[in-house]
Amino acid sequence: MFRIDFNKLRFLVCDDNPHMRRILRTLLHSFGAREVYEAEDGATALEMYSHYVPDIVITDWAMPIFDGLELAQMIRQPESKGNPYAPIIMLTGHSEKRRVTVARDAGVTEFLAKPISAKGLYQRILNVVANPRPFIKTKTYFGPDRRRNTNSAYMGPERRVGEKHEVLQQPSLLDKARSSI
Amino acid sequence: MAKNSAKDIEVKAFATHQIITQPNPLRKVLRRVEDKDMDDPIGRAEQALAGLSGEFKHWMTTEVNRLSAAYVAIRNDGFTKERRDELFHAAHDIKGDAVTFGYPAAAGIAESLCRVIEHAPDLEKVPAELFTHHINAILAIVHENTRLDSISVSTELNRRLRKIADDYLAHVNRDRPEHLEVILAPSIAPGE
Repeated sequence: MFRIDFNKLRFLVCDDNPHMRRILRTLLHSFGAREVYEAEDGATALEMYSHYVPDIVITDWAMPIFDGLELAQMIRQPESKGNPYAPIIMLTGHSEKRRVTVARDAGVTEFLAKPISAKGLYQRILNVVANPRPFIKTKTYFGPDRRRNTNSAYMGPERRVGEKHEVLQQPSLLDKARSSI
Repeated sequence: MAKNSAKDIEVKAFATHQIITQPNPLRKVLRRVEDKDMDDPIGRAEQALAGLSGEFKHWMTTEVNRLSAAYVAIRNDGFTKERRDELFHAAHDIKGDAVTFGYPAAAGIAESLCRVIEHAPDLEKVPAELFTHHINAILAIVHENTRLDSISVSTELNRRLRKIADDYLAHVNRDRPEHLEVILAPSIAPGE
């Protein structure tokens, strides 16, 4: 089993709703986090991101000045002086398919639909800490690998070109059993 | 701790993209522990959340008063982008928070209201009753009922309002297939 030392992690929480910020702060402190910085709009969050260099960003979608989506896009600037690789967890009441896709394409690492739960938040944090994905840079995208599953049969317009070994073929359990007889 | 130095970052270039890998900058916060030494951070957090529950009624009242005020402004002075956005955000916050605060039916009704605001082609033409029924139902659930009382009534109210709103949206979007698709699509967002 793995335990996360939350007291070594620095969080930036960005939500315009003070009740949700209080809930997030309570959950993170209960997990063991000591450093939790809070912003109530995208502009303040970006400023705090540069200043405090958080390890993990948790952001709402809808916020004043600029929203969580724009915040993610501003963080994911490959040439920026700051850290463009920090995990971004989007916590939002939006739960429609197209919203999840848009968030993913803005460089969001994990998506967590409200209502918030301690378990859901913990699992997202564990995932970004223990299983970071490589970053992909294309003409139109910079962010964590959007592939959650490899599909060697995919031939659509967004297929990446040039990787020699995109999928490691593994023998099936049946083949393994046959070969061991 | 959050950022690796440039020399740690490996970039593989391909025809259409680059794959950028780096040592996990957060690896130092992970510790392998024996099962017997594993504490229960989720249980601890749930307990802390339960400790806040005494404030939920007050928080929920603040949220519904904001929703009510947003609609009063529209009723008095009509829709503008700012007033529409304020109504949507107030409803959207209730959709996201109300389950946590112990008002699941209010969350469902707020979601239905969000769908009306988001998908009605012309908000000025939406029957005022569609707004007032949603808002009054949320107000009633929060102001007049204790949180876990009257679950069957509020659930039924939620179900009927959602049906009325969805029928309305299906009708007014009958010539807008992209909206119909979104209205009818199930949620795929990961929750738990």
